[in-house]
Order: sequence, then C-alpha cells, then structure tokens
Amino acid sequence: MPLSLLKYGLSRDYPVTGDIPATPDLKRSYDVVIVGGGGHGLACAHYLAKYHGVTDVAVLEKGYLAGGNTARNTTTIRSNYITPEGIAFYKEGVKLYGEMSGELDFNVMFSQRGQLTLAHTEATLRSFHLRAEMGRHMGTRLEVVDQKGVEALCPRLNMDYGGPLEVLGGLWHADGGTARHDAVAWGYAREASRRGVEIHQRTTVEAIDVEKGRVTGVVTDRGRVAAGAVMIACGGANYEVAKLAGVELPIRCYPLQAMVTQPLKPWLDTLVSSVSLHTYLVQSSRGELVIGGGSDPYMSYSTRSTLEMKEHLAEGAVHLFPFLKGVRVLRQWAGTTDMTPDYSPIMGASPVDGLWLDCGWGTWGFKATPVAGKRMAETIAAGKVPDILAPFALDRFERFAVLNEMGATAASH
Amino acid sequence: MKLLTCPMNGPRNISEFQYLGPVRLSPNPEAASDADWAGYLFGAPNDRDFQREFWRHTPSNYVFVAERHIGTGEVRRTYDPGEME
Ligand SMILES: Cc1cc2nc3c(=O)[nH]c(=O)nc-3n(C[C@H](O)[C@H](O)[C@H](O)COP(=O)(O)OP(=O)(O)OC[C@H]3O[C@@H](n4cnc5c(N)ncnc54)[C@H](O)[C@@H]3O)c2cc1C
Repeated sequence: MPLSLLKYGLSRDYPVTGDIPATPDLKRSYDVVIVGGGGHGLACAHYLAKYHGVTDVAVLEKGYLAGGNTARNTTTIRSNYITPEGIAFYKEGVKLYGEMSGELDFNVMFSQRGQLTLAHTEATLRSFHLRAEMGRHMGTRLEVVDQKGVEALCPRLNMDYGGPLEVLGGLWHADGGTARHDAVAWGYAREASRRGVEIHQRTTVEAIDVEKGRVTGVVTDRGRVAAGAVMIACGGANYEVAKLAGVELPIRCYPLQAMVTQPLKPWLDTLVSSVSLHTYLVQSSRGELVIGGGSDPYMSYSTRSTLEMKEHLAEGAVHLFPFLKGVRVLRQWAGTTDMTPDYSPIMGASPVDGLWLDCGWGTWGFKATPVAGKRMAETIAAGKVPDILAPFALDRFERFAVLNEMGATAASH
Repeated sequence: MKLLTCPMNGPRNISEFQYLGPVRLSPNPEAASDADWAGYLFGAPNDRDFQREFWRHTPSNYVFVAERHIGTGEVRRTYDPGEME
C-alpha cells in the first residue's frame, strides 16, 4: 500500500464531510416551513432554494430524515395512468428522474428497465388497451403485448397456459423503472442544505397557528417558529397534521406492506406486476427481490406486518416464478398510506392562506417526488398554483371533479 | 391470525370477515346540499380513535357493527346494526 494512502487514512483532518449538517438551533422565524422531511418535503426545499432563491427555509422532521414512506416504498416509477391530468403530471416525474443524478450530483441509481403488467382476464386486457391508447396519446411509451411479447420480455414467467391464471397479455411500459429511495432523499437534502436550507431532524410539529384565515407559524416540541408559508408533506400523518390547522382532508389511512428476499444473481430485468394476484416484483441492484402488493383490507395507522399479507405476497410471487419456492425472505415491513377517494394526490392551496398541501400520496407518491417538489416550490414561490397542479386541488371533491386512478394504481403503485 | 367477535357466530379468524368501512349515515336527499353529498361521499373519519365500522362475516353473510380503534386495533364492542343509536 502506498504510504501516502496510509497517511491519508490516519490523518487527523481526514476530509470527511457529512452530507447533511447536524440539526441547528431553531430560528424564531422562516420564510417557509416545510413540515415533513421525506422525499417530497426535501425535494420542495431543493427547488425553492435552487430555482427560486428562497433559502430561508426550515424542513421540520419528526424522526430521522426520510424514515417515513420514502424509506418503505418499493420505488416503482411509471406514468401509465389513465386520466390525462394524471399522465401529464407523472410523465414529468419520470422525466425528472432521468435527469436527477445530474441535477443533484448524486447517483440515485435510476434504472429505466420497463414495467410489465400482466392480464389474466379479458377484462384486464381491455382496460390495458384503454390505458395504452391514452398513454400514447399523451406521449408516453405504453403498449399492449400479446403472449409471445410477454414471453420475450420475461422469459422465466409462468404463463400458466390452460390454467386458471393464464397470462393473456401484458401492458408494456418502457418508461417504467426504479431508483434508490434513500439516495433520492439524501441527494435533495444535501443540495438543499448546501444552499442554506435548514434541516431539523427530531422536531415534531404539534400545532399550526392560524390567524384570521392565514397561517402564521407552527409550534414544535423545540419551540414556536413563525412562518410566511407552511407546506404539509407528512405522508401517513397528513390527515392529522392538516387537522392541526383545522383543515379536514378526505384521507383514510391503510397500511401497505412489502418485503425483500435474499439476494440472487441478476435474472429479472423488468418490473413485473399482476393485477389479479395483487403482487409485483422487481430485482434490486443488490439482487434482492422486492415484492409488494395490495393494501391491508381495513383502515389502520399500524405499521406492523401481518402474516396473512406476507403469505399472500409469497403465494403471488411463487405463482409467477415457481422456482422462487425456497428463497428466503430477508426483511419485511409496512407503512401508513394516506389514501384519497380517487387515488390521486391533493396538491396546492388549502382553505388557510399560506398553508400549502402536498398530501394524499397514498401508495403511489415516490415516483412523484421530483415533480411534486418542483411544482410545489413553484407554487409557494409564486403564491399561485401552476396549471399542471390545478386538477389536483383539494376542492375537486366539492366540485365532484375526481381524477379516478384506482384501476391504474392497483397492485403496482 | 387476528380474531374478530361476530355478534352471531362468536370469535372468528379475521380472514372470515369483509371490511365495509366506517358507518356513515346518508344525508336526507330532500334537504342535502351538494356540499353535504360531497362530505358524505368523500369525507372520511380518520382520527386515531375508536370508530364505528360495518363488517360482514362472509360465510354467514351477516353484517354487523364493530367499534374499533384504528390506532391500536382494539375492538371495544361488536353488535347488530339494529342496536345502533
Ligand atoms: C410499502 C410501500 C410501498 C410503496 N411503493 C411505492 C412505489 O412502488 N412507487 C411509488 O411511487 N410510491 C410507493 N409508495 C408510496 C410512497 O412511499 C409515498 O407516497 C411517498 O414516499 C411519500 O413521500 P413523502 O415525502 O410525502 O412522505 P414520507 O416519506 O412519509 O415523509 C413524511 C415525513 O413527515 C414526517 N412527519 C409526520 N408527522 C410529522 C409532524 N407532526 N412533524 C414533523 N414531521 C412529521 C414523518 O416522520 C415522515 O418522515 C409506497 C408506500 C409503501 C408504504
């Protein structure tokens, strides 16, 4: 070993720098307070600081950085939704993922290897045709493939010819992919803090102050801070945090579970999901199979796994790829998801002036981390909702203008 | 496996039940405003507290009410919908 390397390693001023500075003291006031230090809150802070010159920003995080649903998600990134408003929005999200490693100078390991969704029934296949047409019209890469096409994309798949779950075709979304969730959050956090954003971990917002219909600040377990604007991006806690300001969101919480297996040699290039089996799989860059599925069957704030759901996921995975029998599960977990009635998010204004919402991300919000951050930053900086976000307003429910993405969300998130 | 006590069939595995969601009483169609309907359709009780819910025991197709805490999972009481106040 060269001596210089040894000297470097033993040097007292070994030049390690933490990516994120230690939590500073809370100031008495900030231009913008972001409640929730998950991917969404951190992304918004980054875009505010870099593109709008708004750097007097505090991100307040109850636990550790990105330990909520950002840490728990299965990282499916895609734009194969059904409403034009939804597709336009998520498409921008996918594009921003493509640029993210450069934007943040941080490798987020975006891997755009395509997503294959399987149809085991005629009805599912018909709905795929509808989605494919819509997706193409909106300029995304989406097509229906037949049985041969499915076999070519995923040679190890059990087609179950003649069986009850015969694969009749698939929806192939070449734009689909995954990214490393921690890297996304840390990349945004590092860039934001470099530009002066303060990140306060272990800081819980316990009350939101509203005077004459306008937000004036928040009360935390470390004291009160005044704020010109406040954004709520609290994942599974969105309903409860919005309620601190007297805002009732149409959100119900359901647990969502996932698990990973022991690492295997690379054998699965695409993301695969089955609507009928409520199961989807992807092989991570470490070789582990990440397996996810449908939500728990009843409302709950619990973040504990249940044996029934885990058995169900294992059953689905082994049906699709029978040789997985005997592969071991390494880790398993659950997150609290903030589900909206139409499976679309709630972004933009709230009934309280200066209080902005980035909520209702349910089981589908990781893919939207960059686009929601970018567009919410634009909203807060201008005090005005851009066109692309307008359809996602909270008042759409009063107007009965829902954006139904339930079918396009089931079992692939 | 979790158990739920069906008022008719006694304690059963949770997998024998279907969740039908929080009890919401529909507004009076003669008097309800658009906002009332929106609240009924989309509004959701989601507090970390006990809530009244409809459940169905699937093998017997019996629907009943459970008072369940959505934070802790504790079920305080289950009863026939006829006993609802
Ligand atoms: C198992 C699972 C799989 C998923 N799979 C996918 C997927 O494949 N693709 C996809 O796009 N989405 C997926 N999702 C959804 C996705 O994870 C979320 O929608 C997304 O991560 C939300 O990000 P966020 O930053 O808004 O929330 P979070 O990451 O949850 O961050 C919110 C933060 O707010 C903090 N907070 C809460 N209350 C307070 C308070 N009072 N004061 C201060 N801070 C507070 C929390 O501690 C938390 O860190 C999945 C979710 C789960 C649970």
